[in-house]
Amino acid sequence: MNLDIVILLAQDGLTNGAIYALLALALVMVFAVTRVIFVPQGEFVAFGALTLASLQANKFPGTVWLLLIAGIICFLLDWHYQRRLGDGLGRRLRWSLLWQLVFPLILVIALWMAQASSFKFSNLPLIAQLLLALLIVVPLGPMIYRLAFQPMAQAPVLVLLIVSVAVHLVLVGIGLVFFGAEGSRTPPFSEGALTLAGVPVNAQTLWVLGTSILLMIGLGLFFEKSLFGKALRATAVNQTGARLMGIAPVFAGRLVFLLAALIGTYSGMLIGPITTIYYDTGFLIGLKGFVGAIIAGLVSYPLAVAGALLVGLLEAYASFWASSFKEVIVFSLIIPVLLWRSLRHQDLHDEA
Amino acid sequence: MANHIAMVALVALGLVLMTGVAGLTSFGQAAFVGLGAYVAAVLSTAFGLSPWLGLVAVMLMTVSLAFALGWITLRLSGHYLPLGTIAWGLSLYFVFGNLELLGGHTGLSSIPAIEIFGISLKSANAIYYLIWITLFAAMLLTDNLLHSREGRAIRALKGGVLVAESMGVNTARSKMIVFVLAALYAGVSGWLYAHYQRFVNPSPFSLHIGIEYLFMAVLGGAAQVWGALLGAGVVTLLKEWLQDLLPRLLGASGNFESIVFGLLLVLLLQHAPKGLWPHAVGLCRALVGSQRSEPPGTPVAAAYLERDVSLSGLPTRTRMVGTKRADLLKAQGIEKRFGGLIANQGISLELRQGEILALIGPNGAGKSTLFDLLTGVQALDAGEVFFCGEAIHGMQARDIAKRGLCRSFQHVRLLPEMSVLENIALGAHLRGTHGPLHAVLHLERREERALMLEAAHQARRVGLAEVLHLPAGSLALGQQRTLEIARALAADPLALLLDEPAAGLRFGEKQQLAELLRELRKDGLGVLLVEHDMAFVMGLADRVVVMEHGIVIAQGEPSVIQQDPRVIEAYLGVDLG
Repeated sequence: MNLDIVILLAQDGLTNGAIYALLALALVMVFAVTRVIFVPQGEFVAFGALTLASLQANKFPGTVWLLLIAGIICFLLDWHYQRRLGDGLGRRLRWSLLWQLVFPLILVIALWMAQASSFKFSNLPLIAQLLLALLIVVPLGPMIYRLAFQPMAQAPVLVLLIVSVAVHLVLVGIGLVFFGAEGSRTPPFSEGALTLAGVPVNAQTLWVLGTSILLMIGLGLFFEKSLFGKALRATAVNQTGARLMGIAPVFAGRLVFLLAALIGTYSGMLIGPITTIYYDTGFLIGLKGFVGAIIAGLVSYPLAVAGALLVGLLEAYASFWASSFKEVIVFSLIIPVLLWRSLRHQDLHDEA
Repeated sequence: MANHIAMVALVALGLVLMTGVAGLTSFGQAAFVGLGAYVAAVLSTAFGLSPWLGLVAVMLMTVSLAFALGWITLRLSGHYLPLGTIAWGLSLYFVFGNLELLGGHTGLSSIPAIEIFGISLKSANAIYYLIWITLFAAMLLTDNLLHSREGRAIRALKGGVLVAESMGVNTARSKMIVFVLAALYAGVSGWLYAHYQRFVNPSPFSLHIGIEYLFMAVLGGAAQVWGALLGAGVVTLLKEWLQDLLPRLLGASGNFESIVFGLLLVLLLQHAPKGLWPHAVGLCRALVGSQRSEPPGTPVAAAYLERDVSLSGLPTRTRMVGTKRADLLKAQGIEKRFGGLIANQGISLELRQGEILALIGPNGAGKSTLFDLLTGVQALDAGEVFFCGEAIHGMQARDIAKRGLCRSFQHVRLLPEMSVLENIALGAHLRGTHGPLHAVLHLERREERALMLEAAHQARRVGLAEVLHLPAGSLALGQQRTLEIARALAADPLALLLDEPAAGLRFGEKQQLAELLRELRKDGLGVLLVEHDMAFVMGLADRVVVMEHGIVIAQGEPSVIQQDPRVIEAYLGVDLG
């Protein structure tokens, strides 16, 4: 292994690591606010990449149907509960109608009309394609919270984890229905490569690193400066206390799922040009984000980023040395981490 | 198909024990099945060993691997174990698929059939009996375990480690027993699978199959032994049907049944978290038309009441009745901070034998914190605690309980689904000695009867004889508090720490409680009592300690305390006189 390969692998590792870091951040965030260990995060990665690929192939992305169906069910549930409260068409219900029924319908109709008039999505500028894919996939996040987690928000972490895994199963199956078993690879955001200090760097690598860092800074600002961000932090620290201050846990839950879906979907679009994405690839990618988050004990954001970068690097070098065992090596990384945590752990307090 | 259901049910049984009973979860049981299957396959093909020797090797392998993995993850809080199981479930699957020794993705074939007394169990009909006998044996052993002292400790895990540890249960050990047993069942199932299919490849041991096993346990009824069989049957048949139906419906091939399974699992956890088994039982009863008015176990429980407790033969502590050992419990300079808040500072007190010491003070004075520090539930920042002259600060809660310092909790902590009798028997945990091996074989029945006898005796002592068989969660709050006292008494304590035992009690019940405490005092126990009812405290206590803002502001006899101007100002109000 010469220096060139070392640098090349480091570049690979950091690129993947940055994506794992985004996912790890989302996982820590969702866990802090809702106590849900968000296993389906990976499906958003796959959905993001595959929806973009569908658009670029001028196919109707199946995720739109999923959005419409989930939206209808969400709205009917909201409507049912609102009616039981005997509270007419309140403000909350109007929001529900708008985002969960009208918006998906508009998307379906618009895409359908575009397709009927043989409009080529692939002619759109990249940024428009990205935005369109985000609009299709990201609203699924709060809907999944509404359907799967909101009815049992008080359940123990363990039960929420089982629900989470169940949602993952459903989404993987649906992914197979909509996208089929073939994988897709999307073209990079921009072609070509730069030479930085004598080392060739892919343009996509720069895109990944640059936008990941921007997204992390954005998240940081959101949590530090904005009212919504502060509300989420308050909920993470003490749900009852936040509730007494007028922050509804349901609102916090939906908001954090929206953010997680945004991060997951965007990560998928970033990784689409780097590796071929199949309907079930997201799970493994998400789990690597998990390993990063677990290194951070599911609580520390900077540690989660560091852990995820470590996972990316380890994976890159492992695939060079023992490619068929790289997954084993990456997932075995959590054993020493758990061991270290386990030896330090000494507390009798209940975490039911 | 029947063979398949039984093999799968064996794995689900282990998960029922973990998820439903002990509140642990594993997504990686399929990996243990795979481990069993591959060990069996390699030993019988490459090494030509007899399948029976293979079985021994499978059991050793799964037990030691489970022990190693459990040692790493079980001491951590709840969600690390399932996350760990996802990781090793994936890792082992990749190992199976990539090791040449194991045949890679094509797997290993021509595995010999099991032979028993010269009869080859080659055909599905022949191995049928072996598989089902194994399953029923495992169900019987599991049921035995659950109805034993170790089983109660395991069931107590679901109520959180705090109570269990305070009753002297080594919760890490109980979790390990469950985890290793579940892995063992999975390994044996893999051994059966390898010699039944006579061929193994990695696909039935993937993470998704591991999730399916968990689905079976949750669907069947995660707290019942029979639920495993029900869940395994329903899921296996449903999968068969869906794998046939869905690809035709969708016009494509693939494992679409996962969509239905996932949706069902979410709906089930939202609407029927106890699974199908309770509903199946209800349906059967409705069909047969039997009206079972009394809960199971009533006659048994009643029988315990009629026996004489002196026959129980449980070990008791030798109490020095009458002698007043002044340093039964002695605390010096105790300090505890939570960040900037000083909960306890420089607290010193002594509890004598045969004395009732009351600890009073306004809400937030640090009384319950002091209890937690004395009983090892929380670690103290500074100070010393001696019990019978032995330093106990820094000890684990269960080691302190073992020495005879027992407590009740301010916020009642019972296991609501277990009967009153079983809840009290949990308190006597440390007075039994038989381990899990005796429990699964029911070799500890004498001791079990003795523990039940003792529990019934304590129930009668506190006035709960009428409700022995009821689930503890169905009692009124006052009775639940009394139950906590009985549970502490079942441990045969030297000192009793009671946190607001009279709260929620009616006048008559309070008088009964006072009578009981006087009796305990006469028996030579030391009782430390936190209580807000002043009439109750002043009429009962020998001495009173008053706390405010984390420090002791006065102590002495009730009549002196009632006159103390600082106490009157801080707490009692001016006109109590």
